[in-house]
Amino acid sequence: MNITSAQYIAPEGVNDSIKATIDGTEMIVPIDPANRHYTEILRQVAAGTLTIADAD
Amino acid sequence: MSKAAELAALIGSQTALSNRNLIINGAMEVAQRGTSATASTGYNTVDRFSFTVANFDNAAFTYVQSSVAPTGFSKSWRIDCTTAESALAADEYSTFYQPIEAQNLQQISNGSSAAKSLTLSFYVKSNKTGTWGLNLYKPDNTGRQITATYTISSADTWEFKTITFAGDTAGGGIADDNGPGIYVYWALAAGSDFTSSNSTSWSNYSNAGFLYGHNVNFFDSTANDWAVTGVQLEVGDVATPFEHRSYADELIRCQRYYWQFTANNPLYAFQYHNSFKYAVRPHPVQMRATPTVTAAYDGGAMTQYLIDNYHWKAYISSATTDTTSHSVNSFKADAEL
Repeated sequence: MNITSAQYIAPEGVNDSIKATIDGTEMIVPIDPANRHYTEILRQVAAGTLTIADAD
Repeated sequence: MSKAAELAALIGSQTALSNRNLIINGAMEVAQRGTSATASTGYNTVDRFSFTVANFDNAAFTYVQSSVAPTGFSKSWRIDCTTAESALAADEYSTFYQPIEAQNLQQISNGSSAAKSLTLSFYVKSNKTGTWGLNLYKPDNTGRQITATYTISSADTWEFKTITFAGDTAGGGIADDNGPGIYVYWALAAGSDFTSSNSTSWSNYSNAGFLYGHNVNFFDSTANDWAVTGVQLEVGDVATPFEHRSYADELIRCQRYYWQFTANNPLYAFQYHNSFKYAVRPHPVQMRATPTVTAAYDGGAMTQYLIDNYHWKAYISSATTDTTSHSVNSFKADAEL
């Protein structure tokens, strides 16, 4: 899974989801440990290969 | 098989007379995402089945939901090698697979002294004869695996295969949750890093045993193709006749993991507040987990808000006097394992 960007989305000031570009497509990834994209984002963050930017 | 033999097989299987098949979309009939894919891996054609290649340098491929199928079926999944891998390195492998949700596997009593065997059956066809590998991998608690092989004896001929895997009495079992319970893998290629350790009995996972016994490099020639359908995994030692389910039944099972709508069926946003419009869409069925969403909008990008595995919603700033039509033009919700 090639994740090239990730940024939190916080509609009410609380991180609600992550806007990520995965395999060239922009997706909205929920903060749900059962979601495979979220777990892969966490894995890549832990590996130091990806950073999740703060929400705008 | 005669009707009497079929009945005897069902009774002998010590399992249910319906809902026997633990595989979803085993007849390859549902393909919500599309019917062909080139180069990309993952979930791209027939629902619930994924395809992967690892560390390949040259190989290229196309895979499709094919209308070429054995008698009694109308669809299969077929892959064609379009650029050969010049030499299969030790760290290269490729598999076709389906993960099965853990809470759908509690009846096999995995990890206990009452662990039950599983029987996998399927139809397969390839121009390449030889010995092909299979793997069942259980990730929960202690990762465990068991492998087996099947032989394609006749080139370009549909062959029916059945393989029984013993129950696993160790490894801590399968959690009763919505995570992956067992992965069923068909090997297409396996470098030596994945074939050196005998794993034909349940054992703790190791890369060296992942595709033990697989002895074919599907990607060694652009003449190669491989097709599969009629996949059934059931409790017990007997392969019973394939459990044909209706398209609607299979579709709703698939939509627990993925569903989509396209530009032909836009979802319009409606005013719910002086300053905002909202679009809300329940999922067709409760999804396995909160899905990843890919959406395209007309009238401006909307902000997804507090979604879950029951529904999706999003809003956009828009006054009641705004005459712009705001809609979600396409939508994909992915909660695959």
